[in-house]
Amino acid sequence: MARVFANWSVRIGASALVFLLFLAIAAPYLGTVDPTLFDAGSRDLTPGQAGEITTLEGDTVKHVFLMGSDSFGRDIYSRVLYGTRVSLIVGLACAAVALAVGIVCGLLAGYVRWLDGPLMRLMDGIMAIPAILIAIALVALWRASLPTVIFAIAIPEIPRVTRLVRSLVLTLREEPYVEAAVSLGTPPLKIMFGHILPNTIAPLIVQGTYIVGFAILIEAILSFLGVGLPPDVPTWGNIMAEGRVQFVAYPHNVFFPGIFLAATVLAVNILGDGLRDTLDPKLAKRVEPE
Amino acid sequence: MSALEVRGLTVALPRGADRAQAVSDVSFQVEKREIVCLVGESGSGKSVIAQAIMGLLPAALPVSRGQVFLEGEELTAAAPARLRELRGARMAMIFQEPMTALNPVMTCGAQLDELLLFHGRTSPAERRKKILQLLGEVALGDPERMLASYPHQLSGGQRQRIMIAMALALEPALLIADEPTTALDVTTQSQILKLIIEVQKRHGMAVLFITHDFGVVAEIADRVAVLRLGELVESGRREEVLSHPRHDYTRMLIASVPSLKPAQRATLPAGPAALETKKLSKTYTERRWLGPRREVHAARDVTLAVRRGETLGIVGESGSGKSTLARCLARLIEPSEGDIFLGGTNIARSKPAALRPLRSRIQIVFQDPYRSLNPRRTVAQALIEGPVNYGLSREQALERAGRLLALVGLEGSSLERYPHQFSGGQRQRICIARALAVEPEVLIADEAVSALDVSVQAQVLRLLEDIRRKLELAMVFITHDLRVAAQVCDTVAVMHRGRVVEYGSAAEVLVHPRDEYTQALLAAAPGRDFGFGSAAQEAARPGSGA
Repeated sequence: MARVFANWSVRIGASALVFLLFLAIAAPYLGTVDPTLFDAGSRDLTPGQAGEITTLEGDTVKHVFLMGSDSFGRDIYSRVLYGTRVSLIVGLACAAVALAVGIVCGLLAGYVRWLDGPLMRLMDGIMAIPAILIAIALVALWRASLPTVIFAIAIPEIPRVTRLVRSLVLTLREEPYVEAAVSLGTPPLKIMFGHILPNTIAPLIVQGTYIVGFAILIEAILSFLGVGLPPDVPTWGNIMAEGRVQFVAYPHNVFFPGIFLAATVLAVNILGDGLRDTLDPKLAKRVEPE
Repeated sequence: MSALEVRGLTVALPRGADRAQAVSDVSFQVEKREIVCLVGESGSGKSVIAQAIMGLLPAALPVSRGQVFLEGEELTAAAPARLRELRGARMAMIFQEPMTALNPVMTCGAQLDELLLFHGRTSPAERRKKILQLLGEVALGDPERMLASYPHQLSGGQRQRIMIAMALALEPALLIADEPTTALDVTTQSQILKLIIEVQKRHGMAVLFITHDFGVVAEIADRVAVLRLGELVESGRREEVLSHPRHDYTRMLIASVPSLKPAQRATLPAGPAALETKKLSKTYTERRWLGPRREVHAARDVTLAVRRGETLGIVGESGSGKSTLARCLARLIEPSEGDIFLGGTNIARSKPAALRPLRSRIQIVFQDPYRSLNPRRTVAQALIEGPVNYGLSREQALERAGRLLALVGLEGSSLERYPHQFSGGQRQRICIARALAVEPEVLIADEAVSALDVSVQAQVLRLLEDIRRKLELAMVFITHDLRVAAQVCDTVAVMHRGRVVEYGSAAEVLVHPRDEYTQALLAAAPGRDFGFGSAAQEAARPGSGA
């Protein structure tokens, strides 16, 4: 563990993510207003300009628009901060779903031999369709809501996790300690979850971080295309989509959510690289021999 | 002038290692026309010395003091370009694993050709002549086919011959051989040793031969230098060091080499067989979409029996089917034909669910102590797994685990530690304890001591012997090492290409072998003319050990 945190990539990536998590949780206390509020008098303000905003009760209050406002007069700063919540939830939940399903499928495919063929051909089938198209199709089939979006993004990720777990299981099941467990009369389920799974954790964590980054990007793309979450939920994707029309006149509408998106995905990937170097001994050896 | 002189060589280890120096203040010489054996157990720094001489040390291990002279020229101060010239031309090296030392995507011929080209032989005809001459010299038949082959198409012995041919190509003054026969079968080993002696004589080379095996030392050395934890403890002429070792460590090492003479046991146990096989076969079939099906008979018609309190040795070279047999006996794989009787029950074709209640009666200890324990489980978790599977409570199982640790000679505090905190020998003890935890009747040891240093090997053998006696186990001992077999086995079965070619009491099979193959195996055992292992034999005799 100490070795993991001694790695600078891990330190930088993790602290950036902790900061984003803080922004997401503390969003209501950071000088934001309800992200759905708008005021016709404060349309298209540039960053830092002061203006007024109408609350739900109908009062008009003074407000400084740190990141400007959009063509409805909504506060972009508030919308971006609240959007952080959506992005992080989608990213983490997608990774959790994809890992959970992928681990089960991978263990079964690797350990139960007759399941290997059918399961892996199914996964090949899913991999043959572009991830974004599956996601769009699934969201279009179901009603657009947070769980739908999460599943729609997670499903195309499952084959990758399954393949990884299966390949690890295929090598681990030949290890003498697994054979020793067999000869000690340990039932197959206990061997799968007690002996094999714990030894796949390191590469899975690394894979998980990449899924987080990927899921955040896909969610933004879906929202940008207007097939993601309902438009009343502020996400980086739909803020950018709404700002796109006025991009030449008011670039800040796209700029701020874009910067957050890029920084988040970068942080996640830097963390993933750092974890790979420290947790995955095989890869670490390849990077710096002996 | 000596061919090689090492003077006060000291190589530093990075901070945080188990000692400050990999090699400290080592001095020795290798004269022309002389073979010097550098002997030591793992971690003694013998390979580091070879790398230091070749100038191949990794940056983390710098030479901090001392000098190396090759034919009077100081190597430790030489420029990298000069070292590159000398490597190959004046000093050459052969390695333990010829498969990894050869480039897998180049034919052997191309690799030999490249070597000659880089060192200035420009005419293709001249190079070809030289290559064919070299292959003749290392006695490789069918040179055309050898040259066109990729390394994986050749056997281990053939690959090592190619390596030797490459080393000889430029007529070096010094040949460094780093455990060149350790990965080879005993019959191949004896051929390669003969070859090395032969080419050394013919070219008048100096050879620095690194090994852990005193049998090999007895076979090949003119002089011996013994290393222990980076320090040279003793050196001298072969006969002197082997017969009259002065240092305690050397004495201990030589005493640990098991004798080839079978240990006598007063009475052999009688009674019904604990484990018996009848016409057991295992065939692997490789199905292909196109082309014929390929069948490999890993084991054929094996009929054996072992009683409680008896040790059955299964001896053979790699690929003889002995490990396949072990895995069939433990029912980790299903045999293709034949029967296995475990105390009267035929388990050859039992389904996994029916097998589980029987598994506690037959246990197996594997070769590689580093892979036999789950790295993420503590010793306690490993030891209680079996008993808990068979219905013991955690507390009872833990109590038994504590007793077993004491039995195999480990401290009780080991229970909460993880496998990586133990040495190879200690891990093998843990594996033995784990196998014993379910109170088996039959214990299969599949090359259980082959990966261990000779001194540790002697301890583990003693432990196994002790346990067999105390618990009245039937033991199946699988090994490639005839010395080990001679010390622990009551009956011996010799396997060759999947078949048992000779089966009988150890005294008969190992002293008066009838089968041609057994005779060849015995003849190839290194150092057979030398009376090793008087101490080990005493220790193995009932009543005097433990």
